[in-house]
Amino acid sequence: MIWVDTIIQGILLGGLYALFASGLSLVFGIMRLVNLAHGDLIVLGAYLILLVVTVLGLSPMVALVIALPAMFALGFGLQKIVLNRVLGEDILPPLLVTFGLSVVIQNALLESFSADSRRLPTGTLGTASIQMGTISVGVLPLLTFASAVLVIIVLNQIFYRTSLGRAFRATSDDATTASLMGIKPGNIFAAATGLAMTIVTIAALYLGMRANFDPAIGPARLIYAFEAVIIGGLGSLWGTLAGGVIIGVAQTVGAAINPEWQILAGHLAFLAVLLIRPRGLFPRAVD
Amino acid sequence: MSSTNPSFDRSFSMQTRTRASSIAPIAAFFLVVILFALPFFASRSLIQDMFFILTMLVLAQFWNLLAGYGGLVSIGQQAFVGLGAYAMFGLVVLGGLDPFPAIAAGGVAALLLAVPMAYFSFKLQGAYFAIGTWVIAEVVRLLVAQWKAVGGGTGTSLPRSATGNLMFSDTIQSMLDVRAAAANDILAYWLAVILCLVTIGGIYTLLRTKLGLGLAALRDNVEAAKSVGVDAMRIKWFVFLVAALGTGLTGALIYLQKARISPDAAFSVNDWTAYVIFIVVIGGIGTIEGPIIGILVFFILQTLLADYGSWYLMTLGGLAIAVMLFAPRGLWGLVYDHTGIEIFPIRRMLVGGSQSTSD
Amino acid sequence: MSLLSTHDLTAHYGQFQALFGVGLELREGECVAIIGANGAGKTTLMRSISGILRNVSSMVRFDGQDIGEMPADEVTKLGIAMVPEGRKLFPSLTVEENLLIGQYGRKTDGFWSLNTIYSMFPILRERRHNPGTALSGGQQQMVAIGRALMSNPRVLLCDELSLGLAPVVIRDIYAAMPRIRDSGASIVVVEQDIGQALKVADRVYCMMEGRVTLSGRPADLDRSAIHYAYFGANV
Repeated sequence: MIWVDTIIQGILLGGLYALFASGLSLVFGIMRLVNLAHGDLIVLGAYLILLVVTVLGLSPMVALVIALPAMFALGFGLQKIVLNRVLGEDILPPLLVTFGLSVVIQNALLESFSADSRRLPTGTLGTASIQMGTISVGVLPLLTFASAVLVIIVLNQIFYRTSLGRAFRATSDDATTASLMGIKPGNIFAAATGLAMTIVTIAALYLGMRANFDPAIGPARLIYAFEAVIIGGLGSLWGTLAGGVIIGVAQTVGAAINPEWQILAGHLAFLAVLLIRPRGLFPRAVD
Repeated sequence: MSSTNPSFDRSFSMQTRTRASSIAPIAAFFLVVILFALPFFASRSLIQDMFFILTMLVLAQFWNLLAGYGGLVSIGQQAFVGLGAYAMFGLVVLGGLDPFPAIAAGGVAALLLAVPMAYFSFKLQGAYFAIGTWVIAEVVRLLVAQWKAVGGGTGTSLPRSATGNLMFSDTIQSMLDVRAAAANDILAYWLAVILCLVTIGGIYTLLRTKLGLGLAALRDNVEAAKSVGVDAMRIKWFVFLVAALGTGLTGALIYLQKARISPDAAFSVNDWTAYVIFIVVIGGIGTIEGPIIGILVFFILQTLLADYGSWYLMTLGGLAIAVMLFAPRGLWGLVYDHTGIEIFPIRRMLVGGSQSTSD
Repeated sequence: MSLLSTHDLTAHYGQFQALFGVGLELREGECVAIIGANGAGKTTLMRSISGILRNVSSMVRFDGQDIGEMPADEVTKLGIAMVPEGRKLFPSLTVEENLLIGQYGRKTDGFWSLNTIYSMFPILRERRHNPGTALSGGQQQMVAIGRALMSNPRVLLCDELSLGLAPVVIRDIYAAMPRIRDSGASIVVVEQDIGQALKVADRVYCMMEGRVTLSGRPADLDRSAIHYAYFGANV
């Protein structure tokens, strides 16, 4: 019975990792850009929510509503002003710029908020749980997973049902021809990064409510997100959720065997998938 | 470009020499002499600074070989620094070996790690290769943290019995009239000088060989290079293994001098990869001169901003971003554009014929 | 009154100069053909007008406004749509989505809509949920034309419509031209197929090596003059 419990915890943890990963997957899918500062932007989002909570005395859920547009604007501006300049055939400039950004964000957070661990207040939500037969499942992990599913549904709707989604796909296919349709590729890329930052903010909310965070934890979140994306197969958001779940289950199972093996087990699961299915579990037909 | 037809009865020859590179050997000779002689008149803290500069320069040269020439943007080089250092510690602490030969074992250990690491990470393309190497470095860090015999997660120190009797240490002590600790620093420094010279000389030689030409071709155009018979995979493997060996040796040497190790420090992505990337990018990626300029800027900034902690790192990261945006070929690229100086020329130039008289 | 014109237009790809002072004009309601061999600079000319290649502002003029410096998306919004060489459908989009993206971000009042395009090319309605790239070459060309028309342009630029298509398919495609003209669009067609160009156009420009070598009404041009302007030699 303990194992069933462990695996359910792992699946729900996978929801958090899928939230980390969806933004990364979205941005890579549209502009082939891997943002190495992605994890640090999640942490930045958590501090932003914390700031709103502390200064305005709001609950984290309400603070999220204020943080979302701010993070969208940050993502839009970052892409428009900085990252659009380095997009191109050569992968080196965007990698190095976002790596530099990662270090800048980490140290700016360190300077502003110190290295102390913080946590978002959860009230009763943090401890609430639902009894399912003999197993009790935390409401917060359940909410995280539900949010991940909802985010992926909404993203798919945007992608395949809206004019903006068509523009995303068209620009991703061929930016020059897209501009002949009246599309400004630079703005589409900026909108995509803005959208990714709103997902990052949702991820940040759950990150901050479920566990302690400090300025240095961003890179590890980037790595989990990256592993989920690769396991799922590039370009498939449901695959990304599956990837997140695999990492989550591997981590909780690893931790159940030996607490020191939690992170290691997740990485080994990733390497195992890479060995057996280098293109991920659900690769897109066309690359 | 002259529009007259070159007459092919005149003799042409291929050379890579430039005016600056012709003066360079004489300057280099004096530089090498000064570097080796430094411990005879410099303070211990200067020797330590120079050790730091030289070892970081070696790491930067190898990362530059990987990313700047090989197109392999690795963020996992800390795996080799850490494993090289830990292999050295393991042999000294557990095997009772003298640290001096154990450094070589550090290089070998890194080389052995590079084989599975390349196997996995080469399955990933471009940017994903970068994070893949990072993941593997994390795996190695987590595994090493489980190695209780060398202190597990908290780490360990080199035993006094080992650091007190380093090979050649007695000779240095009597020759320079210094204590054992200072003698160890000097020994480490001389090893760093040798490692640095071999690295720069080796990479320069490599780039001038046929393999180096293949490397340049791959960087410029993968498909075209393959079509003229460049074996891309073989070259990538070669570059990755060479960089791993060099990085592992450097890691072992750095931790011989530090004499204390922990997984978090030895596998630090900031210390052994982020700084190194910034050094190369700021100095000028894809040149041998670039990392040299980069390490000087890095050291000056560190000295100036040492008291400001996180501001220093923000400055460094911001500077790297600015360079990438506004001068992607780095400070050396700016120097080259204004002066045309090349100290380590690797481009092949056709000389002779009508062009030789035009100067 | 000329709707679209170029003035002493030059264009470069790096060191290579592709256009040397090209001047041409398109009047309201007209159909102009540009003919020339491979490498004559026709596609470069189209890319310069559409804004893919940026030039000195005064080199391209549309409806009284200098647009040479304008980026492609703004040029498109002014009312110049292009059917690019090689069709360039978006592989991730279905036929219908390819058409819809032609009017991205704008509400255009005009003759052309999904319905009118489907009635002109009925096969596209049948295949509207297929990926654009799953269609035959001729059908893809229909999608590319429909996509450009969805913005209800005042000027339609067609680059090499017949490229790689069978003669019977080319005839079907060109059969649509009168309807497009009736909708009020002025047209520039770039063609290597001289016969087709002379049939459809009110006026013809012949280009060679980046220059206009001959221009006039099809009826006024004799065959050998065209050949000379086209190939640079008497045939």
